[in-house]
Amino acid sequence: MSDRARRIIFFVGALPLAALLVLACLRLPPSGRGGSSYGDVINGAAADERHAADAVTAVNFDYRAFDTLGEEFILFTSVMGVVLLLRRSSEDDTEDDTDDKSANRQAPPTSDAVRALGLALVGLTVSFGLYIVTHGQVSPGGGFQGGVIIATGWMVLYLAGNAQTYCRLASPSLFEAVEALGAASYALVGAGALVAGMAYLANYVPLGPTPSTVRSGGTIALLSVAVGIEVSAGFIVLISTFLKEALAERQDQ
Amino acid sequence: MIPGYVPFFVAIWLFLWGLYGIITSRHFVHLIVCVGLLQTSTYLLLAGIGYRAGGVAPVMVTTTHAHESVVDPIVQALMLTDVVVEATVMALLLAMAVQLYEKLGSADPQKTRVLRG
Repeated sequence: MSDRARRIIFFVGALPLAALLVLACLRLPPSGRGGSSYGDVINGAAADERHAADAVTAVNFDYRAFDTLGEEFILFTSVMGVVLLLRRSSEDDTEDDTDDKSANRQAPPTSDAVRALGLALVGLTVSFGLYIVTHGQVSPGGGFQGGVIIATGWMVLYLAGNAQTYCRLASPSLFEAVEALGAASYALVGAGALVAGMAYLANYVPLGPTPSTVRSGGTIALLSVAVGIEVSAGFIVLISTFLKEALAERQDQ
Repeated sequence: MIPGYVPFFVAIWLFLWGLYGIITSRHFVHLIVCVGLLQTSTYLLLAGIGYRAGGVAPVMVTTTHAHESVVDPIVQALMLTDVVVEATVMALLLAMAVQLYEKLGSADPQKTRVLRG
């Protein structure tokens, strides 16, 4: 099919679709006057009922924790899919041969300034990530956001060091296991509620002090940490898998 | 009346151009970026639905928030999990693009027999 025909067919379909979408949106409450009564109930209840100041985290890891279980396994399977798809058929390229070998240029050596700043940032980034993971119930944050921040620490490590150091410190097989551990602990914390004689993923851990602190929230804190472990390990696996692929590609050329 | 609907209209605009990009794409990576653009429109739609004029973030540090207007936490919870999951799904799509390029020798979806429409 020619490009022109494609575009014509697209516009024939898209213009009525656009009109329908606009008509549908005009029947929504306008932005600024939206919000659901379900949201209001949770805003009113989360702090007293779950000792969690942040209603968003309370929704994610308590009221709708079962949905998050599903989201979490989408994440897990996508990462596994990437690892499977990019697994080299010949696993003989050993780790000590993963220097940054560009096909047409040698990568310039990392400058001392980048190296020093990078190494200083790694600790800062990882501890900030840990803070975000553990304080999800008190302030905006939680396992998803914090996990990505922790994984950023490993990216800074790659920028500051070289690919060789990075691959040693971010071995995919190790982080695949850590990711699986995170995913499993989410499911197991949920199963703990069954042992306590409650519904799956019910909040069975003592809720801790109120107004909420880092020890508040019961299972909210535990599930947030489980997700934090999974997300950070998952992203580190993704980064190192793509990096290995790129390095292998360069060697082939 | 109209200003309240602007976020929804921008969401529709992004959605349709994402769709246009997917349909007319000549490169897998471009196609995947368009899928990302299409998905971004849903964040805007959700944020628009949950927003309240003058509303504060749904973080109840003290109990004095009772009389204040607070935005909807449900749509925010949906969005934040989706942002992270989308990133990994994009990585999966990119891995597929790498494999397709190796198998088919071309990154143009319209040149490959399996995807030619």
